[in-house]
Amino acid sequence: MASKVLVIAEFRGGKFKKGALECVAAASRLAPALGGGDVTALVIGGADAKAAAASLGKQGATRVLAACADWLAEFNGDAYARVAADVVRAEQPALVLVAATLDGKDVAPRVAARLDVGYAPDVTKLAVEGGKLAIARPLYAGKAYANVTLAGAPAVVSVRPNTFALLEAPGADAPVADVALAFGAGDLKSKVVAVEAAKTDKVDLTEAEVIVSGGRGLKGPEHFVLLEALAAELGATVGASRAVVDAGWRPHHDQVGQTGKTVSPNLYFAVGISGAIQHLAGMATSKCIVAVNKDKDAPIFKVADYGIVGDLFDVVPRMTDEVKKLKK
Amino acid sequence: MRIVVCIKPVPDTAARIKVHKDGARIDPDGVKFTLGPYDSRCIARAVALKGAGEVVALAAGAAAGEAEAKKRIKDALALGCDKGIFVPDPAPENRDPLAVAKALASAIQGQGGADLIFCGRQATDDQALAVGPMLATLLDLPCVTDAVGIEVTGGSARVQRAAEGRVETLEVTLPAVITGQRDIGDEQYPKLKEILAAGKKPIAEHKVEWAAAKYAVAGLVPPPEKAPGKIVGEGPDAVPALLNLLQTEAKALAL
Repeated sequence: MASKVLVIAEFRGGKFKKGALECVAAASRLAPALGGGDVTALVIGGADAKAAAASLGKQGATRVLAACADWLAEFNGDAYARVAADVVRAEQPALVLVAATLDGKDVAPRVAARLDVGYAPDVTKLAVEGGKLAIARPLYAGKAYANVTLAGAPAVVSVRPNTFALLEAPGADAPVADVALAFGAGDLKSKVVAVEAAKTDKVDLTEAEVIVSGGRGLKGPEHFVLLEALAAELGATVGASRAVVDAGWRPHHDQVGQTGKTVSPNLYFAVGISGAIQHLAGMATSKCIVAVNKDKDAPIFKVADYGIVGDLFDVVPRMTDEVKKLKK
Repeated sequence: MRIVVCIKPVPDTAARIKVHKDGARIDPDGVKFTLGPYDSRCIARAVALKGAGEVVALAAGAAAGEAEAKKRIKDALALGCDKGIFVPDPAPENRDPLAVAKALASAIQGQGGADLIFCGRQATDDQALAVGPMLATLLDLPCVTDAVGIEVTGGSARVQRAAEGRVETLEVTLPAVITGQRDIGDEQYPKLKEILAAGKKPIAEHKVEWAAAKYAVAGLVPPPEKAPGKIVGEGPDAVPALLNLLQTEAKALAL
């Protein structure tokens, strides 16, 4: 069996997604246990993606394949999956990795279906044990974990962002080769006709390293400015509980929980969030959880690593001030 | 238009999920199942779009079991679907999404295809987000995931996709597969009359040879136990101590 790992590296907004870099780093760590061979990164996109392609070598890619054309500059799952499946067929890797971002979770299942192979979505464990892939993924938004086996080659796996660390000692650029595209824009049944960027430069919730989430304790949408001020000092992204999204205080794309986004940041602040199961399910894999709630019996304190019992309207502004001081 | 909405019974998101003592599945005891929260919103949009056509609710591979799946098809009928199709599954636990997609594709082809196929963006149990895109691939149809809006004009549709940090507008030829986000349609609560009428709507069975699984669950384990957390203190005066712990003990705060 071929032993190389192929990473479909997502490039968006002028740079590679952090999750993509994590996948390349993970691939370079796994490759020896899979019998060595290349760690190949596949970049699909426009001219800017191609210009950045070589840099994937820094995270351990030994070669980069660039499938870049103007008509691929905007994400299109139909097109990207077809390009990726063609490359996988030609390369015959043992393992295909994709970051489990929204776009990654759009492309990966289509690649698996095109190749008729197994697909493990949004995994939080990926290792080689006894010569075989050992894969685990949360189900029910983290209320249970499944050990998963895949049949067929290659195994297609999407990896939850913030699961794997980047390389501590980044390497050098990798050689880039162009992929000959077997089809063109005219062969597609879908096309992107407009893209409206969100009016924010914040990191997406799913990839954020620090998240400050607010719940009903905020008492009204106007009070989220408190969290935004803290988030600005921390370089964090603001999230929300389902209760406040349902109340129309925050947009649905800010929602953390089983019916919203599942996040795994290094640091998660739950402010004025009681900790309903459906919210806990979306953030329980966070590496460090801080809760601020005036109810000392709130369930959120059971999952929090650190808590402050108190009125968030006093605690949060103080926290913003103290963080400001520490930064000086 | 003829529209198929693929549905799945899932545990209520407020349910306490425990791993069954056999280690292979969740313990269904005391777990209340519902129609997937995204599925019902897709139904709302499908019913609004169908015009003179029909909306078919299709369920396959439901781990909750056959009786539960049929109840949820009834829910879909009460929300305005015209008929149901059920694909029996002898081994529905932890089904491979690809096998489910193959069963759905077979059922859709078996009933003469569809102009539009909806799936919820995710089932809230296995959260694979895989069946919709896989189904589209198997049927060689275009697919838009995470759709928050759709307008149909003749043989094509304009679909808004809520991607990360942006909203895309795509134009797709029909038939197409759309996976619906929360904003694809409104939450609906059927009236008693509609619930009663649902009892009279037909539910057909479509039998398939289930494809061999390419994805299998070797076992379920509960989430890792967490050590109890520390209440640092009360009120704003606890903030400096908290930040100190985050920096020195948890090493989670780098400023």
